[in-house]
Amino acid sequence: MTALSALAAMLATTSHLALPRIAYLSILPVLILLGGAAAMLGASALSPRRLPTSASTTMAVLTALAALGASLAQWVDVRDHGPHVAVAGAVVQDGFSALVAVLVSAAMALSALVSDSWLRREEVGGPELQVLMLVSSAGAVVMAEANDLIVVFLGLEILSIALYVLAAFNAKREQSGEAGLKYFVLGAFSSAIFVYGIALVYGATGTTNLAQITDYLSRNVLLHEGVLLAGVALLLVGFAFKIAAVPFHLWTPDVYQGAPTPVTGFMAAVAKVGGFAALLRVFISSFGLLRTDWQPAVWVMAAVTLLLGALVALVQRDIKRMLAYSSINHAGFVLLGVQAATSRGVEAALYYLFTYSFMVIGAFAVISVVGGPDDAGHDLERYRGLARRAPWLALTLAVLLLAQAGIPFTTGFLAKLEVISAAVGAGSTALAVIAMVSAAVAAFFYLRVVLLMYSAGPGEQAMDGAVAHEENVAVGAGSGGVATAVTLAVPATSAVAISLCVGVTVLFGLWPAPLTGFAQLAHLLIP
Amino acid sequence: MIHVAYVMFLLPLAGFAVLALFGRRLGDPWAGWVATATITGSFVLACITMAGLLGRPAAGRSFTQVLFTWLPVGGLHVNVALLVDPLSMTMALFVTGVSALIHLYSIGYMKGDEDYPKFFLYLNLFVASMLILVLGDNLLFTFVGWEGVGVCSYWLVAFWFGRDTAASAGKKAFLYNRLADVGFLIAMFLVFDKTGTLDYSGIFAHVSAIDPAARTAICLLLFAAAAGKSAQIPLFPWLADAMEGPTPVSALIHAATMVTAGVYLMCRMNPLLATSHPAQWVVAGVGAATAFVAATIGCAQQDIKKVLAYSTVSQLGYMFLAVGTGAYEAAIFLMVAHAFFKAELFLGAGSVIHGLDDEQDLKRMGNLRKWMPLTFATFIFGWLAIAGIPPLAGFWAKGDILDNAWARFPVLWGLGLLTAALTAYYMTRLSALAFWGDDRWRAVLAKHGHGQGDTGRPHEAPWVMAVPLVVLAVLAFFGGALLLPWHPSWTPLGWLAPVFGARLYDAHLSGATEWVLGVVDAVVALTGVGVAFPLWRSRPDRPALEPRVLQRSYFLDDLYDAVVGRPGQALADFSATVVDNRIIDGAVNGVGRLARQVGSGVRKVQTGFVRQYALGIVLGAVVLLVFMATRAWA
Repeated sequence: MTALSALAAMLATTSHLALPRIAYLSILPVLILLGGAAAMLGASALSPRRLPTSASTTMAVLTALAALGASLAQWVDVRDHGPHVAVAGAVVQDGFSALVAVLVSAAMALSALVSDSWLRREEVGGPELQVLMLVSSAGAVVMAEANDLIVVFLGLEILSIALYVLAAFNAKREQSGEAGLKYFVLGAFSSAIFVYGIALVYGATGTTNLAQITDYLSRNVLLHEGVLLAGVALLLVGFAFKIAAVPFHLWTPDVYQGAPTPVTGFMAAVAKVGGFAALLRVFISSFGLLRTDWQPAVWVMAAVTLLLGALVALVQRDIKRMLAYSSINHAGFVLLGVQAATSRGVEAALYYLFTYSFMVIGAFAVISVVGGPDDAGHDLERYRGLARRAPWLALTLAVLLLAQAGIPFTTGFLAKLEVISAAVGAGSTALAVIAMVSAAVAAFFYLRVVLLMYSAGPGEQAMDGAVAHEENVAVGAGSGGVATAVTLAVPATSAVAISLCVGVTVLFGLWPAPLTGFAQLAHLLIP
Repeated sequence: MIHVAYVMFLLPLAGFAVLALFGRRLGDPWAGWVATATITGSFVLACITMAGLLGRPAAGRSFTQVLFTWLPVGGLHVNVALLVDPLSMTMALFVTGVSALIHLYSIGYMKGDEDYPKFFLYLNLFVASMLILVLGDNLLFTFVGWEGVGVCSYWLVAFWFGRDTAASAGKKAFLYNRLADVGFLIAMFLVFDKTGTLDYSGIFAHVSAIDPAARTAICLLLFAAAAGKSAQIPLFPWLADAMEGPTPVSALIHAATMVTAGVYLMCRMNPLLATSHPAQWVVAGVGAATAFVAATIGCAQQDIKKVLAYSTVSQLGYMFLAVGTGAYEAAIFLMVAHAFFKAELFLGAGSVIHGLDDEQDLKRMGNLRKWMPLTFATFIFGWLAIAGIPPLAGFWAKGDILDNAWARFPVLWGLGLLTAALTAYYMTRLSALAFWGDDRWRAVLAKHGHGQGDTGRPHEAPWVMAVPLVVLAVLAFFGGALLLPWHPSWTPLGWLAPVFGARLYDAHLSGATEWVLGVVDAVVALTGVGVAFPLWRSRPDRPALEPRVLQRSYFLDDLYDAVVGRPGQALADFSATVVDNRIIDGAVNGVGRLARQVGSGVRKVQTGFVRQYALGIVLGAVVLLVFMATRAWA
C-alpha cells in the first residue's frame, strides 16, 4: 500500500512538472547520432551472431548521413527564420552550430568508413568502435549548440568519455591501453578544473546560462572581478586541454600515437572541433566584454602552441607523433581566430577547422593503411619509396600533407590566409608573424615526408651494393621488418574516404567560394 | 546556347584528365582519337556559340559569363569569367578548328612514338590553355592561359628530350618567354594600381583615368610580353630553335596559334593602345623591322622547318605592323589566313619529313613532286598563298595590311613591300628545292638502310595526315574571302568592327589607289617567285646567295650568349658557390640547427609519465590564474 501511495504521489508531482517546449529540430542531429548508436547496439545484442562489420559500418555511415541531412535542415531553418534559442534556453540554434553539426556529421561518416577497414584488418568485429564514435560526435554537436555552461560540460563529457574508451580500443596493443588510461586520468583532471571554473563563474554572475551571463555582464560593473576572472581562467584550461594547446597538450603525442589510427584521425578532427566550438561561443559570446582580460592570455597560448608544435614535430621519428605535434600547431592557428575575437575571426577559425578536419582524417586514413596490421609500422622510414609501392597512397598523402603545410590551390592555404588576415585585422600583427614563421618551420616536416615517399625505396637501395644492403637490413630489423616487396592493397572503404578528403581539399582550394560563403554565414547568435 | 561557352575549354581539360589517368592504357592510337574528339567537340561548340552570337544585334554581341569568384582579396576581385565577343570567338573558332585538324594529323604523325599518349596529353592541355587565354575576361585569367601555353610549349618543344638539342631548345623557348612575361606582370601591376581592376571592361572604362605616360608604359610592357610570345625583335631567336619539337607542334603552337597570342593581346587592349601614339609607333616599327629581318634570314636557311619558322616570325611582324597602324581587322585577317596556310605548309613539310625518314635538310630533298603528289599538290596552295599570289588568302590579307600602312606609315609600307618580295622569294626557293630538281634524297634513304625495293622511295602520308592537308589547302585558297576589300556586303570579318569601334584605322583610300596598290603587291610577289624559281630549281648550291651572316641569323645567338649568357652564367656560379653555399645555406642551416635543438630540448619534457603531464596542466593553470589575478587587482 505504501508503495502504491508513493507511486501516486510521484505521478501527482510529475503531472505538475513543467516540461519545456522542445523544438526537436534544434537537437535533431544529436538525437539521430545517439539514436543510431542505440540502434546499432540493439541490433548487435539481438542478432544471434556477431554483427558483421559491413552491417555496422553501413548503419554508422547512414546515421552520420542522416545527421548531416538534419544539420543542413537546421542550416536552412536558420537562414530562413534566423537564429534562436530552444529547449528552455539550454541550446541555441544559429549558423555557427549548424555548420559545426554539418562538419561533425561529415567527419563522422568519413571516420566510420576509415574505421571499417581497420576493424576488418584487426579482426576486432562488433559495432562498439563506431557506436562510441557516434556518441562522441553527439557530444561534439552538443558542445557547439550549448547555451549553458552546464550543457557545455555535458557535451564535453559525452565527447570525452567515449574518446577515452576509443583510445584504448585496441586491446591487443599495450600502447593503446596506456593511451586510453593517460587520456582518461588527465581528461578527468582537466574536467574537474573546468567544472570548478563553471562554479566560479556561477558564483560571480549567478547564472550558468550563456545569454544570461552576457546580459549580466553588460548591465553590471563588477567591482571585484577576481572570482569571475578566475572562473574564466579555469574554463580556458578545460578548453585548452581538449584542443591540445600548450602547455595543456602533453597528453597529445602519447594518445595520438597509442590510439588506433582511425580513432586518432577522428580525435584530431571531432574532439578539436567540439572543443573549439564551445570555446568560441563561451569566450566570444559570453565573455566578449572581458576580452581585454583574456586576449593576452590566448595570445601567449597561441604563440607558444604555434611554435612548440612546429618545432617539436621536426625531431619526431614516428609519423603519428609528428602529426600529433602538427595538430598542436594547427590548434595554434585556430587560436589566432579566437584571439581576434571578431566575427571575422570566428569565421576564419571555423573555416580552418572545417578544412583541417578533412585533411587530417584523410592523412590518418592513409597512415592506417600504410601502418599495416597491429598499427605496427608508423616509423617515418617506412615511407621511404612509398610512391613506388603504392603510388596512389603516396600521392594522396602528399596532397593532404601539402595542404596542411598551406600550399596554394588547396583549402589549407586559404584557411591559413583567413586566420592570419583575421589576426591582422584585429591588430595582432606580431602573432600573425609568429604564425607565418611557424608555418615555414612546419613546411619542413611535411615536405620531409613527401620527399621520403618520392625518394628511392629500400628495395632499390639494396641493389646498389653491399654497404647499402647492410644498411637496409639494419633498418628492417630496427623497425620490425619493413615490408619491401609487399604492395599495399587499399581497402575500398578507406579509398572512398581518402578520395573524398582529397577531393574536398583540392576542389575547394581551387574553387573556394562555396565553402568560404558557408563559413561566412556561420554567425554566433550573440556576436 | 552561347552560355555553354565555358565548356569549350573544359572539354580539352577533360581530355587532359582522361589521358593523364588512362593515357597509358588507351595507348596508340586511342589516346590520339580521344584527344581529337574533345577538340572537335570544342570546335562544334565554338561554331554553335558563334552562330548564337551572330543571331544577336550587332551591339549585343559581347557578354561576360562569370563562372565564380576566384580571388576576393581586399580591393582585388578577380573572377573566373569569360568574355564572349566577336574577337574572342574568332580566335576560339580558328584555334579549335586548326587544332582539331592538327590533332587528327598527329594521330598518324606520332604513330609508334613511345610517349604517344603523353604527346596528346600536352596537346590537349595546350588547347585548353589557349582557349582560356583568348576567352578570359580579365588580364589575370588571360595570364593563366598565357603561362599555360608557355609551359605546354616548353614540354612539347622538348618532347624528345633525349636529344640534347631538343632539351636546350625547350629551355631556350621557356627562358625567352619568361623574360617577356615579366612585362606582362608589371603591366598588370600598373593597370591595377591605376584603375583598381583587372577586368577588360573595367580597365577600358577607366582609360581616361590613366595618365598618358602610364598608358604608354602599360602598352609597351604588354608589347614586351607579346614580343616574347610572338617572337619579335629582339626576342625572336627562340622560335627557330623551337622547331626541335615534333612537326605537328610546330604547326599548331609555333605557327598557327600560340605565337599569335601576342597579336591577340594587343588587339584586345586596343582601347588603351589607341590612346598612345608612341606605343603604336613602336609596335608598328618593330613589327615591320621584324618582318624584314626574319624574311632575310629565311632566304638562307637550309632546314625546311627553320625556313618556315623565320617565315612565321616575318608574318607575325606583318600582324604587329597592322596592330600598330590601328588596322586590327587586317591583323586578325592575316592571323586567320596565316593559321591556314602556315599550318598547311608545316603539315606538308611534316609529310615530307615523315616520308624521308626524318630528313629536314632542303639540300637533300628534290623532285618530290613525283613521289608525293598529294603533299605536293596541297603544298602548292600554301606556298602561293604565303607568297601573295592572287587570288589566294595571303594576297588579300597582306594587301589589306600594306594598304593601311601606305596611308599611315609610308616608310613602313616600303619595308613591308620589300618583305613581300623576299617572302615570295624564300618560299619559292623552299618549294623548288623540295619538289623540283634531282632526286637528292636517294642518298638519305640509302643511308637509312632502305636502299632496295619499294621502301626505297619516299612514301605518301596515311589518310589521317592527308585529310588535314586537303582541308587546309582549301582554306588557304578561299580564306581570302573572309574580308574582300571591294565587296562591303560580303565581309565576314567585318563583324569584328564593334570590338574596335572608332579606334579602327580608316585609310580612306580611293578605289583607284587600292587597285594600284593591289597590282603592285601582285607584281612584287610574282617577281619574287619569278626570280627564285629558275635559280633554285636548276642548282641547289649557291653559296653567294646564302651568306653566313644570314645563315647564322645575324649572329644574334652569339651576341646574346656574349652579352647575357656568359655574364649570367658567371653571376649564377658566383651565387651558387659563394652566396648560396656560404651565406644563405649558412644562415638557413644555422636556423635549422637551432630549431632542431629547441625541438629536442623541449621533447625531453615528454617523459611519458602521467604525473608530469598533470603537473604541466597545474602549472599552466597557475600561470593563467596569476595572470588573471593581476588583471583583477591591477
